[in-house]
This record gives sequence, C-alpha cells and structure tokens, in this order.
Amino acid sequence: MNANAEAPSPASGMVPGSERRKSWLRKLYRQRYLQVMALLGVAWMIIFNYIPMYWTTIAFRDYDILRPMSEAPWVGLTHFKEFFQDDYLWPVIRNTLGMSLLKLIINFPLPIVFALLLNEVRSLRFKKSIQTISYLPHFLSWVILGGILANWLADVGIVNQILMGLGFINEPIFYLAEPNYFWSIVVASDLWKELGWSAIIYLAAMSGVSPDLYEAATMDGAGRFQKMWRITLPCIKGTIAILFILAVSGLLNSNFDQILVLRNSLNESTSSVIDIYIYQVGILDSRFSYSAAVNLLKSLIALGLLLGANQITKRLNGTSLF
Amino acid sequence: MFSLNRRTVGEAAFDWVNNLLMLIICFATLYPIWNVLVNAFNDGTDAMRGGIYWWPRQFSLDNFKTVFESNGIMTAMGVTVAKTVVGTVVHVLFTAMVAYAYSRRELIGRTVYMVIGTITMLFPGALIPTFLLIRDLGMIDHFSVYIIPALFSFFDLIIFLSFFREIPDGLIEAAEIDGAGDFTVLFRIVLPVSMPVVATIALFHGVYQWNDYFTGMIYINNTDLQPIQTFLFRVVAQASSNQMISAMPSGVATNVTSQSLKLATMIVTTAPIVIVYPFLQRYFVRGFMIGSIKG
Repeated sequence: MNANAEAPSPASGMVPGSERRKSWLRKLYRQRYLQVMALLGVAWMIIFNYIPMYWTTIAFRDYDILRPMSEAPWVGLTHFKEFFQDDYLWPVIRNTLGMSLLKLIINFPLPIVFALLLNEVRSLRFKKSIQTISYLPHFLSWVILGGILANWLADVGIVNQILMGLGFINEPIFYLAEPNYFWSIVVASDLWKELGWSAIIYLAAMSGVSPDLYEAATMDGAGRFQKMWRITLPCIKGTIAILFILAVSGLLNSNFDQILVLRNSLNESTSSVIDIYIYQVGILDSRFSYSAAVNLLKSLIALGLLLGANQITKRLNGTSLF
Repeated sequence: MFSLNRRTVGEAAFDWVNNLLMLIICFATLYPIWNVLVNAFNDGTDAMRGGIYWWPRQFSLDNFKTVFESNGIMTAMGVTVAKTVVGTVVHVLFTAMVAYAYSRRELIGRTVYMVIGTITMLFPGALIPTFLLIRDLGMIDHFSVYIIPALFSFFDLIIFLSFFREIPDGLIEAAEIDGAGDFTVLFRIVLPVSMPVVATIALFHGVYQWNDYFTGMIYINNTDLQPIQTFLFRVVAQASSNQMISAMPSGVATNVTSQSLKLATMIVTTAPIVIVYPFLQRYFVRGFMIGSIKG
C-alpha cells in the first residue's frame, strides 16, 4: 500500500514497506510517553501562541464582542489606514523611539563599562559583594520602584529638599507632572534598576577569557587600560553583538510596566508610547480590531529590525543570532 | 617574576579610583531602598514633615502592625504567595518535562517540534488576541489565569535543553536498562542532576509571578483574588489612596498615614525576594550564561 512512497533499502535488498512501517510504529510505541510529554507542550503552544496568532486576523476585520470572530466582516487595511491618520501617531512614535534610542545610547554601553571596571577589582570578596548588591534593584518590581520614585520626586520629596537646600531651585518642581522630565526619569530609573543585572552576562563572558593572554600582555609591557581595550573587550565582542541585536529588535518595545507606572495625564505628551497606546485603545476603549492592527504593525517592524540588525552584525564581525 | 607582581603608582591609583567608584555605585543602589526602610519604620505623622534620611526619627512599628492587621492587604499577600508557589512549581515541572522530551535524540518529529517552538519566539503573543482567548477560555476572575497561561515558556525550555544535553547518555541508558520509564528517568535522574537550572528557572519564574501585577489588573475584577502587586499598582500609579485607606482596619493607630502604610506594604512585599536571591546567585549566573549564549 505504500510501495511507491518507500524507497527500497540498499542494504538488505528489498525490505517490504509494511515491515518498515511496523518497526517505525514499534519505535513510536516505545517512546509513547516521550511523545505525550512533547505533545503536551505543543498543545499548550497551539492554544496560547498559535490561536492568538490566528486571532490577530481581527486586525483586518471589524470585530465586536457581540458576534463570533468568523462572522466579523473583512475590512482590509482600514484599521491600518486609521492609525496613519491618527493624531496620536507622531507623538507615539517620537516618544517610543526617543526613549528607546536614549536607552540604547546610554543604558546599553554603561553595563559593559561597569563589567569592565568590576572585572578589574582585585579583592574577590569585594567583587562578589558589589555583584550581589548591584543585582538587587532588578528584583524589585516596577510597581515598587514607581512607588519609590513617586515618593522621591514629590513636591516634599527628597530630590526637591536637597536641591532647595543647596539653593539650586527656589520652589519645588513636580517632576512627574512636567512632560520635560519624563524621558530623563525613564532612562535614569532604568539604568538604576538594570545596570548590575545587564552586566552579568559580560562578566560571565570575561571569566572565560584565558589568563595566558593577560600574562603575555603583561610580559609585553601592556598596562591595565591596554589590556582592557586589547584583550577583554575583543574577547567579549561576540556577546556584545548578540545583545546589541536583541536591543535593536526591541527598539519599539518600550518598557510597558515602567511607563504605565510612571505616566499620568499631565505628562501624557512625552509618555505615550506604542505599547501604552495598544493597551489603551484595546483594553480600556475596547477597540479590539484597531488595537490588534497597531500591534501587528509593531510586531512586523520589530521582526524586520531583528533580521536587519542580525545581518549587519554578521557582516561587521561575523557574530549573529541565526 | 618579582617585577610582574610589583604594582606601579599608576596601577595603585587606578585601583583606588576604581574601588571608590564601585562603592559609590553600591551606595547609589542601596540608599533609595534604605530611605524607604527608615521612613517605613518611622511614625507616620512625623514622617510627613520630611527630612528623614539616615535613621528613623520617631521609631515605630505601627505601620507594619497595620499592614499585618489589614484584611485587604493580607488577602492580597495570600493570593501572591499562592500564585507564586503553585505557578512556579507547575511551570518548572511542565517546562522541564517538555524540554526532556525535546532533548531525546530518538524523539520522532523532533525537528517539527523545534520549529513549532521557535516560531513562537519570533511572534510574541499580542495583547488583544491573548485577552480575547483568555476571556473565551472562561478564565476571567478565576485563579487559573495566573497559572495556566504562564505554564510554559519556550525560552525556558531552551535553557533546560542546553543543560539536559550535557547529561551523559550512559546515565539515562543505565536507568532504562534497569526498567525505568521516561517519567521515572525525568524525575529520578534528569531533574536531580539539573538542580542549577531548576533553581535558575524557579527563581526567574518565581520573581515573575511575585512581581506580576498585569494579570491581576486586566483579568481580575474580584478584589479578593487580586495579588499584592496589583493592589499596590492601583495605590501607586492611580494614586488612589482610597484603596489604601479602605485597607486600613478600623480602629487603627491614628499616627499611621496612607503614605507610611504604603511604604510598609512595599517593604513587606519586597522582603521575601531580597532575602532569597543572594542564595540562588551562583545558580542563576550560570543559568543566565548558558541560556543567553547558547540559546
């Protein structure tokens, strides 16, 4: 029945196809529990990843909760066009890219510098303690950090007290109510939270650098900075490249939690980003199709950025994600 | 040899400056937390005057007493503890189980399974389609919404996978010759020798569950089912001190303000993680490395 599907095995001449199928079935039966394990995972992914992927097609339909999705009329690119005509479009894109680029320029290289300097600390115990302390803020949630920041930046908060005490300002500034300060607050608080944590991976890569290289360099009369620049940094180049690819592909991902916690109606003009917009129109305004359209557009651009950054780093220094 | 060990003046100066810089970073990291701590241990009404920087001015435990006496806060804490414990245990077991199957070379269809998983990483779930799915599954206002949508993660599977591949085949084969089935091999052999990765994933997922306010915010309306982070989010971000005040038990000490109660709740919420993570540090540093470099 499957004679034309199966090529004859060259080793034993003609093994009948049904024999092969039998041994395949026997193999399958022997690993039935393994298959159950794998298929449970696949089933979860189908429900929680693939069904939502299919439901993303509501971006091309007019979906409302009164009818099942299959009855929602197709409307083509209407929702995408609507987004391009929305007054929020430019502020949202400017805020998203503005904050992401600031984070990429400032908060991407600083953990590398921190890791390089921490790597030069001679006392092992001191080094371990700094590491442990620097990881701490990563484990605080943005909700907690938002509470701390609201406290510090309030009119009677410590920042205003210090600045007034030193005579820099005469009256308290409402930092979270001033659109001008929002980006700085976001970049600075992100740095505070993730500096140590982001350095972990570079430190791990540095611990893999062969001590022979440093010894040879010392023999040749290289100083500390030269060793950092000519040995440590080139050795972690691959790690930096991979993290850079990931950072670029995340340019449209603002830190949703961070911004949701820090934003308010007064700083809206500088705090609205794509992720917040998708949440607002989708969950709060129940414009499901429109929100899904904006989200889809964002995902496609992010995928493009990932592939683009991957190509560029591959060409520049031969490292790539795939 | 002697000349190699001798440090020049420049080297010594560099070490001093570097160590000083590290101390400044540590201070900048710890001080904000210390500041919250001393304010939470200070009398609430007195703290409103401000100026508490290094040490409580009027030491008081009333804020914390109020937190532990508040039914609203304690219920939310209970939800958080339950979702973290149950969520982490089932996430680790389920993801490790699937990863173990994926790690076996004889698994029929392994390539297809890998492709199915990899695609999920390139197209992360969108907000609205996921929201509609969870609504249709009837998980709104149900405890399972914390557990089942977070049961599995393909990224975590890859971290498990890279550990499982390093387990010598002989170990598993020997167990199979002794008649152990796949589940026995997984739970008796593979998981016990993979404790570093189990600890890593458990910590990462535990922190996610503990800190997650979003699920509680969009899927839960019943305040008895909201976790502490959602409660705090409503207090912090929406500046609704009403919720804080309504969480205060009646007949509470009058020197407790909604602000001081908020700080104390924040401390109580954060303390468990801060106490646990240093003990798991050596595991997650290794887990992080393998997961990010090989993955």
